[in-house]
Amino acid sequence: MMLDGTTAEVANRSALRINPAKTCQPIGAMYASLGIQGCMPHSHGSQGCCAYHRSHLTRHFKEPVMATTSSFTEGASVFGGMANLNQALKNIFTIYNPDIVAVHTTCLSEVIGDDIPSIVAKARESGAVPEGKIVIHANTPSFVGSHVTGFANMVSAMVNYLSESTGETKNQINVLPGYVEPADMRELKRLAAAVGVDIVMFPDTSGVLDGPLTGEYELFPRGGATVEQIKSSGDNIATLGLGHFASHIAAATLESKCNVPAAFLELPIGVTATDRFVDALRSYADVEVPEAVENERGRLVDLMSDLHQYFHGKRVAVSGDPDHVIALTQLLLELEMKPVYAITGSTGNQFEKRMHELLDGPVPEAKIKQNADLFELHQWMKNEPVDLLITNTYGKHIARTEDVPFVRFGFPILDRAAHRYYPTLGYAGAINLINQILNVILDRKDRDCPEAWYELVQ
Amino acid sequence: MLKIYPSKTLKKRSKQMLVNDPSAPPEIGANTRTVPGIITQRGCTYAGCRGVVIGPIHDILHITHGPIGCGYYSWLTRRNLAQQRPDQPINFLQYAMSTDMMESEIIFGGEKKLAAAIREAYEIFKPKAIAVYATCPVGLIGDDIHSVCREAKKELGINVFGFSCEGYKGVSQSAGHHIANNGVFKHMVGLLDEPDPEPFRINVLGEYNIGGDAWAIDTLLKKCGIHVTATLSGDVTYDQICKCHTADLNVVMCHRSINYMAEMMETKYGVPWIKVNFIGAEQSAKSLRKIAAYFQDKQLTDRVEEVIAQEMAELRPVIADVKTRCEGKTAAMFVGGSRAHHYQHLFKDIGMLTVAAGYEFAHRDDYEGRDVLPSIKIDADSRNIEELEVEADPEKFQARKTPEQLAALEAGGFSFKDYEGMMREMRKETLIIDDISHHEIEKLIELYKPDIIGSGIKDKFVIEKFGVPCKQLHSYDYGGPYAAFTGAANFYKEVDRMINTKVWQLVTPSWKKPADPAHTFGRGIDNPANKAIRELIAGQAKVKKPAKAAPAADAPCGE
Repeated sequence: MMLDGTTAEVANRSALRINPAKTCQPIGAMYASLGIQGCMPHSHGSQGCCAYHRSHLTRHFKEPVMATTSSFTEGASVFGGMANLNQALKNIFTIYNPDIVAVHTTCLSEVIGDDIPSIVAKARESGAVPEGKIVIHANTPSFVGSHVTGFANMVSAMVNYLSESTGETKNQINVLPGYVEPADMRELKRLAAAVGVDIVMFPDTSGVLDGPLTGEYELFPRGGATVEQIKSSGDNIATLGLGHFASHIAAATLESKCNVPAAFLELPIGVTATDRFVDALRSYADVEVPEAVENERGRLVDLMSDLHQYFHGKRVAVSGDPDHVIALTQLLLELEMKPVYAITGSTGNQFEKRMHELLDGPVPEAKIKQNADLFELHQWMKNEPVDLLITNTYGKHIARTEDVPFVRFGFPILDRAAHRYYPTLGYAGAINLINQILNVILDRKDRDCPEAWYELVQ
Repeated sequence: MLKIYPSKTLKKRSKQMLVNDPSAPPEIGANTRTVPGIITQRGCTYAGCRGVVIGPIHDILHITHGPIGCGYYSWLTRRNLAQQRPDQPINFLQYAMSTDMMESEIIFGGEKKLAAAIREAYEIFKPKAIAVYATCPVGLIGDDIHSVCREAKKELGINVFGFSCEGYKGVSQSAGHHIANNGVFKHMVGLLDEPDPEPFRINVLGEYNIGGDAWAIDTLLKKCGIHVTATLSGDVTYDQICKCHTADLNVVMCHRSINYMAEMMETKYGVPWIKVNFIGAEQSAKSLRKIAAYFQDKQLTDRVEEVIAQEMAELRPVIADVKTRCEGKTAAMFVGGSRAHHYQHLFKDIGMLTVAAGYEFAHRDDYEGRDVLPSIKIDADSRNIEELEVEADPEKFQARKTPEQLAALEAGGFSFKDYEGMMREMRKETLIIDDISHHEIEKLIELYKPDIIGSGIKDKFVIEKFGVPCKQLHSYDYGGPYAAFTGAANFYKEVDRMINTKVWQLVTPSWKKPADPAHTFGRGIDNPANKAIRELIAGQAKVKKPAKAAPAADAPCGE
């Protein structure tokens, strides 16, 4: 039997992580870097990290994921990675000719303490970095935080290195989308356009990690935020940082560096959170929300009113990135579901604090935990079962073992493909998520009900 | 292909690329460092050790000592399948265990946390054995995982052993295979002396049960009356490995990942080894005959011939059918340390030609054959991987054949401990590329436009964006088994589908293809809709609404 070493008895663990609900910083940094047009992500460390991150991102997106590595061997680990990075930069610019290289560190280069800015400065002197080409960097030690931290650090690096303030305000709003899918980024752009607001969004992996099949491969697809756009972020009216964990540092940095006021929002998942996003856009840009957007919202609410009988009171277990879980919980509450277990593998007190605010009233029995793992979540489920499990692909074994309806959500999803086209953000995203939840619940009802109760109409 | 490289890189890469001559394989630059900044297929030593060789042992518990990433990425991603045995309480493959090292452990050392993690794991799961893997930072900060394991072994009374497989060691995952072999040999092989009761006992080495390959091989061997004591390490249990030294013969599938083990078992226990290949029909038959020849048993030989005849009778119609659509097509393969060789036979079975191939992490002997072993230079990167001093075990060594028997077998053309390498079995003038880079794959597609490429997940979607199907040969995507005769049928059908699927014809829209009479819109030159479109194509007019006349019924682009 699957996972049959998992028993209901919850033992206290202080040292052993079992079936983690997070991974390491560099993969998040690599993903963020892919959201800059013409950017080569570069992993400064031994080549296995780069290989693992590329493989995992590829499996999730089913798309080419390009990145280079400093290919440390023992020598570099002892003497430092300067020679490797210098040689790497020369090769990268000569062979692949990107506009920009985004370097992130790994455990290895962090432990030996390589100073990336000074190595890059020397590489520039030696001619390894051609005139006009940009190199940015983020420190992403794997023994601190999680993949979400790595993402946040790289977005922050974009601001640090690129955002400029010319003193002239542009009639645009910055949107930092958080660690979300290309489809979500596309959806945010669509929604902003529908509201009638010009936005600059970075990173933007739409058009990069959901490219068309045309018979021609492009190493640097035409999607992504351009360096020019990111530069202009310092002149824009305001910044909407979506998701505390993924976007807070960058938005705050942009505020202190270029004096662009930062507004912090949760990811727009569900009606209320999307309303907040739309309202923020409307207020900063001083526009009226058009009827088309109100209609879109109205259709979502209509769908929810048609379906609440299927959702009301259902017990749900949720695991994922902290921003995802916080936002998703709000949608579940709007559906009158009961998120009884909510965990994240990442650390950060903000998660537990916010989740308690959300759940203490409507679901007082809810168990909330940061720095947790799927093993523990599974043990809770063994003690008191749930009606639905929502997490990434790594939850599928638990779902099968406990025979629980399962919705894949978050990162990574390794065993399905179309998720890259369906947003979960915005009103349209909520319709998609609700549809997925409804389908697994009704499929289970149809499967399990006695034959006499097997009905055509639902 | 090389023109674009800076001079230093060019010099290095040019040694790793050559034109084949099967009669006298030229020397290739293999198992050398990857050039920093090159988009490479390679992974690391940890991946080779934990991910490839030891990970598939499913009734022991694997703990990655390090930050969370390494343990996370090696969690179920290699598709090693395993069937739980009735006497096995837990299948550990679905568990990823890590010490999830934090900054404080990096600063103050992680030994205490590792010791606690082992204890916690034991308390919860009570496994037979625990394997611990060191990742990059562990090596740097100097945690002594081996002493932690020794202490834990004493305290818990189960087998606990460590692998110093830090990612930065060596030049690729290959170093990890060597470290894994050493560890398995030191800590498991030889612990159980009771041989299985069946006759004709063999171990299948270098077979990891990706997509069920080991099961297909097992089933085939069982039909012939040959017993598998252990497969290293696809769907294998701890006990099977502990007693694998009691087998009569080792057969080696993936030479690169496990030849060390074959050598060491021969020296210490007297188990001879031969190279086999169960990928492809002809190769499977050849390998069965070779095993039967070793045992020199008339009944076995007859049984093997019967099985081959049966299997081929079933396979022939499949080959004949698939050939009608695949014959004459071309393939290229850049993968692993054996698959780029073995899979050429499957393509050959259905009339396809391999135009280029190369390994991701092989050494010169995998290309040129084991006779070059004495001439391989030991460099700093290979010197830092431990070489075990192995001697014949005074009690357990047992020569499986008398010198006379060996001489007779060899006189009959039988070769022990031999691998001729990939190049000798490839056509003259095909292209060999070691550790191919992204740029070279792009160029290769431009120059050769193969009908299919076998590669790994990182290249797969790059290749397919060009409209060329790509079969992952490390983990087989979703497919398999491809080994033995039954697996071969799966592979032929898979390749047929991949090459001939309609989707590749849909890549280019009709308006980007030369005009096709079938796509003529409207019903004649005078039709206004038709005329507007023609003008548009000829660039004579901007988009204009056609005159009032209704567009023809079959015109998909009316107003």
